[in-house]
Amino acid sequence: MNTTNMLFIDILLVTSLLSLAWATLTATDARRSVILFIAFGLVLTLAWARLLAPDVALAEAAIGAGLSGALLLAAVQHRPHRAVSAERLNSGMLDNEKQNNSNRPDLKSSVAIRWSITLFCIVLAFILIWALLLALSSETSETLAQSVSANLANSGVSNPVTAVLLNFRAYDTLLELAVLLTAVLGIFALSEERTGYLPAGPVFNGLVSWLVPALILMAGYLLWVGAHAPGGAFQAGATLAAAGVVLRLAGKRIIGLPQGSALLMNMILLSGVGLFLLVGLTMLVLGRPFLGYPPAMAGYLILLIETAAMISIAATLILAFLGGRPQNRQDESC
Amino acid sequence: MLTAHWLYGISACLIMIFGLRAALLHDSLLLRIIALNIMGTGVFMMLITIAYRGPDAAPDPIPHALVLTGIVVAVSATALALTLLRRLTEEQDND
Amino acid sequence: MINIIASLLMLGGLIFFLCGSIGLLRLPDLYSRLHALTKADNLGLGLLLTGLALYQQDLLFALKLVLIWLAVLAASSASAYLIAQHARRQETGQ
Repeated sequence: MNTTNMLFIDILLVTSLLSLAWATLTATDARRSVILFIAFGLVLTLAWARLLAPDVALAEAAIGAGLSGALLLAAVQHRPHRAVSAERLNSGMLDNEKQNNSNRPDLKSSVAIRWSITLFCIVLAFILIWALLLALSSETSETLAQSVSANLANSGVSNPVTAVLLNFRAYDTLLELAVLLTAVLGIFALSEERTGYLPAGPVFNGLVSWLVPALILMAGYLLWVGAHAPGGAFQAGATLAAAGVVLRLAGKRIIGLPQGSALLMNMILLSGVGLFLLVGLTMLVLGRPFLGYPPAMAGYLILLIETAAMISIAATLILAFLGGRPQNRQDESC
Repeated sequence: MLTAHWLYGISACLIMIFGLRAALLHDSLLLRIIALNIMGTGVFMMLITIAYRGPDAAPDPIPHALVLTGIVVAVSATALALTLLRRLTEEQDND
Repeated sequence: MINIIASLLMLGGLIFFLCGSIGLLRLPDLYSRLHALTKADNLGLGLLLTGLALYQQDLLFALKLVLIWLAVLAASSASAYLIAQHARRQETGQ
């Protein structure tokens, strides 16, 4: 890998990322902004792959570009066509249309406020760049990365990122699953699901008939391969959620969530955090530290926890796309 | 310090500042949510750049795990924010 | 020798991608843009992947690339159809 070739690719990637980010944030239309954001996510996947972060690249492609894009597109499709003109963003002048939103303060439109915030951002940019380059050029202490590679053999998996996520820092992953659960509870509390989509025509049905089984198979593979290669529960859960989203878009009634049984739905949502806690407390009962797996059983325990995490992540993301509590409509045809 | 560190480090800070400025100044709530996502992406890029050790050495896996957690948390926060936005616009339309 | 053929194929693929992008920018209508983009991009992808497979000279790698190409082909043609159908419905509905 020639260094000058890599430099060429790096400059291309960085330029694309910066211009896509700028274009996303100064777009005149909300729809355009969302599509540019999806493109930004895809180029970001390339950047992660170039920086030797394949796990993160898989997750970014599935979650950052795919599911975030789907969520934003679903959110933007019901808005009226209210284009935000670029001049309003830059000049900060009061507009007659803004009088409608009388409960919004006029603070943001003041020219002085805009310029002072922009100045603050520029100063912050210089400070950040200086701090980051200082940190990157100083001697790396290497202690944590060396501890990871030294203890990798006892962790039960051979992929260091999976070992860090599900063994060395398993507590953080437990809390992350709790954050997902909190988000879905918030979504449940706020509204009911969005209206569904029209039943799909023959072309989309043809796509769905091979795409959804392939996605399910790929999710199972990603779950299994996460132990020794890039992959894992999050990428697998996102792939399953993508299958559910495709089914929803095709107007199907059955999208992988339990129909009509709220208890089963709650069990599925709780299974990630629940199984994690169960394993952790069992370790406590056996006299080991919380979530301290015995090295002989670590691989199997990690696979068990990852399976439950995959199912609950998939259910959470599908429910997030649905936009609220699912309605149990018994009268509609499949 | 590698060239990649320079390039990606500076662009990560710039992406984060773009997102921060748009999140503070934009009118539309949806575009602010997108700007927050882009700010988060800048932070992730900072972490991955710190973890990069060159084309031959294995990268540091701990910032990778942090970014993986961060991506999932960001999408769930975005989903909650979008549901809040939808509820807010429904309430405003009903007034 | 194989590398030269592979490079020529990849270059051909890139030219098709470029033509697709020019079509996206210059063509007047949604349908013609979709037409240009889908056809040119898929053919360009096929040429690019063939060049990559020749460059790597590994059978398993080549089979994976063929699978990727088939999946992209099916997904992009289905989505182009859906976009065009939606645009048509919006036109005739109004």
